[in-house]
Amino acid sequence: MVAREQFSADLEAIQKSIISFAFEVDTALKQAIDALYERNSDLAYRVIENDEILNKRDQDINEATIQLIAMQQPVATDLRRLVAFLRVSTDLERMADHAKNIAKSVNRLNVLSPYEIPLAIRDMQEVVSKMIHSAIQAFEEEDISKAKKLADLDNVVDSMYGELFRDMLDERKAEAGKHQQMMQLVFVGRFVERIGDHITNIGEGILYLVKGTSIDLNK
Amino acid sequence: MNYTVDSPKETKKEKLLNYSTQFNKEVVLDVKNLSIFYGNKEAVKRANMGIEKNAVTALIGPSGCGKSTFIRSINRMNDLIPSSRAEGEIIYDGINILRSDVNVVALRAEIGMVFQKPNPFPKSIYNNITHALKYNGQKNKQALDQIVEESLRKAALWDEVKDRLHQSALSLSGGQQQRLCIARTLAMEPRILLLDEPASALDPVSNAKIEELILQLKEDYSIVIVTHNMSQASRVSDKTAFFFNGDVVEYDDTKKIFTNPSETKTEEYISGRFG
Repeated sequence: MVAREQFSADLEAIQKSIISFAFEVDTALKQAIDALYERNSDLAYRVIENDEILNKRDQDINEATIQLIAMQQPVATDLRRLVAFLRVSTDLERMADHAKNIAKSVNRLNVLSPYEIPLAIRDMQEVVSKMIHSAIQAFEEEDISKAKKLADLDNVVDSMYGELFRDMLDERKAEAGKHQQMMQLVFVGRFVERIGDHITNIGEGILYLVKGTSIDLNK
Repeated sequence: MNYTVDSPKETKKEKLLNYSTQFNKEVVLDVKNLSIFYGNKEAVKRANMGIEKNAVTALIGPSGCGKSTFIRSINRMNDLIPSSRAEGEIIYDGINILRSDVNVVALRAEIGMVFQKPNPFPKSIYNNITHALKYNGQKNKQALDQIVEESLRKAALWDEVKDRLHQSALSLSGGQQQRLCIARTLAMEPRILLLDEPASALDPVSNAKIEELILQLKEDYSIVIVTHNMSQASRVSDKTAFFFNGDVVEYDDTKKIFTNPSETKTEEYISGRFG
């Protein structure tokens, strides 16, 4: 299996750019959460501005992938790999959007009176970051057992979000007049939780690439 | 010969056995343990394949893998090669067509073949189609006219040649000549069409016309096509057989072969990563 070296090199180049895209998305998420705890509006604005660069990453990956499909007419695993590239890149772009949404919430919170940020949000982000790193490994190594495990971590994130939501409802009774802050914090929790769902989709993309079947991990 | 391929018994058996998708259609040619030798060399090794009715079956594989030998055996073209010998069975209509008492001329009318390079007779378009019919005793002008028109229409060539039926077939373009060869085969009212790389010598437009034609023809005929063009195989065929070193490595639905083949060798070949 040595033929089509150029094609293989092109596939590898796209795979690498998806991996670095994923690391950038993770950074955007971490920065948005840092901005939340630090009440750092500058950092939040940077995350918002940087989202355009991340959108461009997705477009570039799409373009390169579509070009390879058109020029190389791939079949079987090659074709599935390119379809998986498109799917993974789309999910990463949506994840970046959620990081931007968190940064927007930070800016809305920063003009309101200060409110103690529950530590649960940081905990959620840390699990989600761990998921991103596992997903990158699963994608790079085309490892389906790692891909499947993403669903377990996503369940953890889902229940953390459920807990955060219930806590916020309780606190709302206690701290009247702070419902705007509490709403924003629930939104932030929700955005982090949605990022987890997208990572699970990436796991599905990897399963499709390797096995050729579509499996719903978001159950 | 009086052929009745679709015996109701078979259909009932299929229903009873609740055959999987692989056998969801009637089998028109049942190839069983077919081996073909050239001298001592086994060019096709114990091949088994149920070729479906009203479907297009593509045979793919590298040069020298046995696919042309296989397709040629279906209408006994290998008989012309003195050193060749066949073992096993090809059951068509309940008869093993490899039997020595099979009327090969009648068989080739039932199972027509079109080759890679268009090979019209150096005669008029009209006479290309009527030649064999006249030879078989059909003298009625009106009947011949009708067969010529029907065959040319089926081969999607009528509109292009209807005003010049008596011009030389050699004045046609390569793609038109190939469709004329298909029309000539269809005039014999075959049940099965064997196409050995029918479009590989043609430009992309003629190629597309042939592919379009194949898709139309499968309504009425069962088609087996040898092709080196992977995208052509994936566009026109329902089933694909991958040959390698005389073995049928994989035979399955074309969509399965081209999206998720079971055999690594198949994957390597269709992805162009051979060797």
